[in-house]
Amino acid sequence: MKALLFIAPLLLALAACSDYESNVSSGNREGILHWGNGAEPAELDPHIVTGLPEHSLMAALFEGLVAKNPHTLAVEPAVAQSWQVSDDGRVYRFAIRPSARWSNGEPITAEDFRWSWYRALQPGLGNPYAYMFAPIVNASAYASGELTDFSKVGIQVLDTLTLQVTLSNPTPFFLQLLDHYATYPVHRATIEARGAIDERGTRWTRVEHFVGNGPFTLKEWSLNKAIVVAKSLTYWDSDTVKLKQIVFHPIGNIATEERMFRAGQLHYTYDVPTAKIERYRVEQPELLRISPYLGTYFYRINTRLPHLQDIRVRQALSLAVDRESIVSYVTGAGELAAYTITPPGTLAYVAQPIAGFNPDRARAQLAAAGYPNGAGFPVTEILYNSSEAHRKIAVAIQQMWKRELNIDVVLANQDWKVFLAAQTNGDYQLSRASWIGDYVDPNSFLDMWIEGGGNNRTGWSNAEFEHLVLEVAPSAATQAARYDAFRRAETILLQEAPIIVIYTYVSKHLIHPSLRGFPANIMNHPSFKHMSLHRAEPEI
Amino acid sequence: MLRFILGRLLQAIPVLLVVITVTFFLVHSVPGGPFDADRAVGPAVMKALNSYYRLDLPLWQQYLHYLGDLASGDLGPSFKYPGRSVGEMIAAGLPATAELGFYALLVALGIGISSGVIAALRPNTAQDYIPMGLAMIGICMPAFLLGPLLVLVFGINLEWVPVSGWGGMPGDKVLPSLTLGAGYAAYVARLSRGGMLEVLSQDYMRTARAKGLAPWQIVLKHGLRGGLIPVVAFLGPAFAGLLTGSFVVETLFQIPGLGRFYVEAAFNRDYTMIMGTTILFAAAIIVFNLAADVLASALDPRLRQSRGGGQ
Amino acid sequence: MSRGLWRDSWRRLRRNRPALLGAGLLLLMVLLALLTPWIAPFGYEQQNLVLGATPPSPSHWLGTDVLGRDMLTRILYGGRLSLAVGFIATALALIIGVTYGAVAGFIGGAVDALMMRLVDILYALPIMIFIILLMVLFGRSLLLLFLAIGAVEWMTMARIVRAQVQSLRQQEFVEAAVAMGLPPERIIARHIIPNTLGPVIIYATLTIPSVMLLEAFLSFLGLGVQPPQSSWGLLISQGVETMEEYPWLLIYPGIALATTLFALNFLGDGLRDALDPKSAKD
Repeated sequence: MKALLFIAPLLLALAACSDYESNVSSGNREGILHWGNGAEPAELDPHIVTGLPEHSLMAALFEGLVAKNPHTLAVEPAVAQSWQVSDDGRVYRFAIRPSARWSNGEPITAEDFRWSWYRALQPGLGNPYAYMFAPIVNASAYASGELTDFSKVGIQVLDTLTLQVTLSNPTPFFLQLLDHYATYPVHRATIEARGAIDERGTRWTRVEHFVGNGPFTLKEWSLNKAIVVAKSLTYWDSDTVKLKQIVFHPIGNIATEERMFRAGQLHYTYDVPTAKIERYRVEQPELLRISPYLGTYFYRINTRLPHLQDIRVRQALSLAVDRESIVSYVTGAGELAAYTITPPGTLAYVAQPIAGFNPDRARAQLAAAGYPNGAGFPVTEILYNSSEAHRKIAVAIQQMWKRELNIDVVLANQDWKVFLAAQTNGDYQLSRASWIGDYVDPNSFLDMWIEGGGNNRTGWSNAEFEHLVLEVAPSAATQAARYDAFRRAETILLQEAPIIVIYTYVSKHLIHPSLRGFPANIMNHPSFKHMSLHRAEPEI
Repeated sequence: MLRFILGRLLQAIPVLLVVITVTFFLVHSVPGGPFDADRAVGPAVMKALNSYYRLDLPLWQQYLHYLGDLASGDLGPSFKYPGRSVGEMIAAGLPATAELGFYALLVALGIGISSGVIAALRPNTAQDYIPMGLAMIGICMPAFLLGPLLVLVFGINLEWVPVSGWGGMPGDKVLPSLTLGAGYAAYVARLSRGGMLEVLSQDYMRTARAKGLAPWQIVLKHGLRGGLIPVVAFLGPAFAGLLTGSFVVETLFQIPGLGRFYVEAAFNRDYTMIMGTTILFAAAIIVFNLAADVLASALDPRLRQSRGGGQ
Repeated sequence: MSRGLWRDSWRRLRRNRPALLGAGLLLLMVLLALLTPWIAPFGYEQQNLVLGATPPSPSHWLGTDVLGRDMLTRILYGGRLSLAVGFIATALALIIGVTYGAVAGFIGGAVDALMMRLVDILYALPIMIFIILLMVLFGRSLLLLFLAIGAVEWMTMARIVRAQVQSLRQQEFVEAAVAMGLPPERIIARHIIPNTLGPVIIYATLTIPSVMLLEAFLSFLGLGVQPPQSSWGLLISQGVETMEEYPWLLIYPGIALATTLFALNFLGDGLRDALDPKSAKD
């Protein structure tokens, strides 16, 4: 048939195209890492960005005063070669490494840090992570615009290579904050040549102007296609850096990413489709990495609504959720059922878990609140942003509540922005939510629940809780005392249940065996200078 | 004909203005702003952002500012990607999308017209049913189904072509073009079959056959011109579908094109990006529809009369 | 057309076997959809988390999905929704599109120009924003989903009809009618529209799948059908994700959709052949 005559030569032509080398094989040979990065970054300016894809890029292009050990996440010297803490724990003195250089060869000084933090705190710049500086004296006041004299902020340059920082309270996790990109230094001359200090989105991060201080420097930025960084020759520890280049692929669709990985185009994927996990676990477990992640998935309850104001109702809802079922059958990647909001593994802090699945007690609570066997309980809505994963969990919980409590729950999904606006405006009843820790400390999960806190959004508040979190913990004399305060606060939070914790995140990635030097850690933080590619691995 | 074209181009100006205005107010009326984020930004930050992007001005003022910028050729900064102007982003993404659309159209027209014509020549026989059956399958297979299927078979299992990218490796344009074009090929096949059947039954076709002309000549010289009218009319809307269709293909194959920006901008509430791509899209539709109409009258001389005179 | 011509058409249609097969299948689908609440073996939201996804078995004829829900039930309920979306949205598109296109094509001139520019404007508006807005303003009413989809499809129909009508307009029998002084509505209704039925029917049979797939695309983005409801399009888009692991989740909804579309097409072709007085039968 004529149609076949058309098809045959086409097939032959296709077969002829099969001579191309995969990225993994060429990358291993040339020392180029192909990294699936999830999305096109909004910017490359450390004082403007948020988000995981941006985080990886910042880790490659910049470096802060301290860095995290890839295995333990313990704080290690980076640009600062050493530091001293005063006896009262409030004054830090950093000695900047004399060999630290910008990518254009200029030395890095304490003044660079002072100016960079000055910039990061400019109200006009709109740095979403300005709150990272909160422990520093007067930093928050300056960032909100209340204070206009920056010299009153606790940052001082003592000499060319010595930086002194003064905190309002002794803050044990302060050094961890200094590895966050909001505190990274930026090159003053480059920025000032391109615009005002608080001007967003000037072109200083373009390839032709970019200056950074990290193990890699920017080589190419093709919008939506790839960002290429090359080993920086001026980096003070460049001898440790083994990779020659990293190519960041902004792949938005995880199914596409998995296919690319299978075809050998990536060494590392940003995520793994849930449906594929079982298969990899059974057939190729050496490619799959699933490890605990510093994040919790939970539901917010709008405590302003009449029928949700009663603590017993909220506790009933929480007790009727079979978390083990959810993580075993619904989520599918080996997540952990969560009974606390602070994930386990948060630096030896152990919170008091709430009670697990207990349908009888749940029914008793609901009856005590005036809705025996669910009678008269208003139809309640679970809001989530459009995604298969959230949908599945919501459907499962809907079923559980129907079965155990005999209440009717409807599901609503909204587009992401509408969803956010609804939560912020209190325009919801129950809403899906998650929180990823910014640093490994319970404070990151607890200080958001203060009254009217921007990330609270439930309308809940408790004076005792706030006292513990805002006053007792920061002024505690020892870590043990501090943790104890947090523990008491978290117990209050979980008992009053303005949120229903569901599971602790795991991070999941497919990693080609040729990539070494990248141990799993709870913050999913990549330390590119320690990574290397080994050609001896057989091709998949 | 020239008057016709000029007239249509002139009409395009009020059309574009209406599109810009309606889109502007439509876009600002949807809840959720570009800076709403999961992590609440502090009020000081919000204030700074709103003031920088003029979101704190009354809506009609923002509209006038936008028009003013537009008149000087400035499409504004992207809200989602600070430091990128909309013009720059469109310029970055347009070539890939345009090329993808072009190849997809080639696939669609090539496969579609030939199968449709072949089918129409012997209606209700195997020569009809088989190509039309395949066409039906093409219609049933949306891009998000066909794409992964093709990738699985030809990219991963047979390893004949790359599974992603556009222009990076040889052969990586094959699967995306096929995926995007296949659905349209099916439509074109059915439309051209229908059109050809209408034409083949006309009296002037019988006359040509009676005159003893060979079937191929009949088809090419006389049949195609009339038979392709519905296909040409379809081209305008087909192009419209290509942009949203290209979003799916661009996502599946990791192609740095405009389709992804267009759809993501809506979800991100990147107001300027939405406006910019909408304007581009509107202008392109107008041009395409015009071209389709011109082509239609070229194919059908009876239309030419009304065009030259009436419009 | 006179009664005699309708009877001829009906006779021709009856003789066209593929068309009858198509009509039969379509009727079967519609019947199954209508009877679903009585014949579905399980509740469509009944989960069985422990079971998970299983291939077809005696207790679940078409298998189960990842949450343990019976696929036969979900496909039946999905069919109800897909068919409803398909028919209602297409009917809407037809009514508006044919009228609009016929008027524009027949009258021509400035009126036609204005009408077509209006279509251009509507086409260019970003549909995603429009749909997000609809969803927000009017809750998640399925009826609105149908209307939104129909509102997008009518424009293509209008263009095709307009092209056809412009071509017809020049034909002698139309000129004769105009010369006789018949009012335009009558000419359009009795002479023009019946003669555009051919491409219109073909395009209607093309619109229904397009509508169903547009609905799938919207649901895929989270803008359409809500769980635990489903549609064939949504089942297929979910099935694609697990194409290699659980192929039955894709194959059976796919077959359901394909069968319906094939049926629509054969029927459409048959109708077209039957209604065309000069049908190619030589």
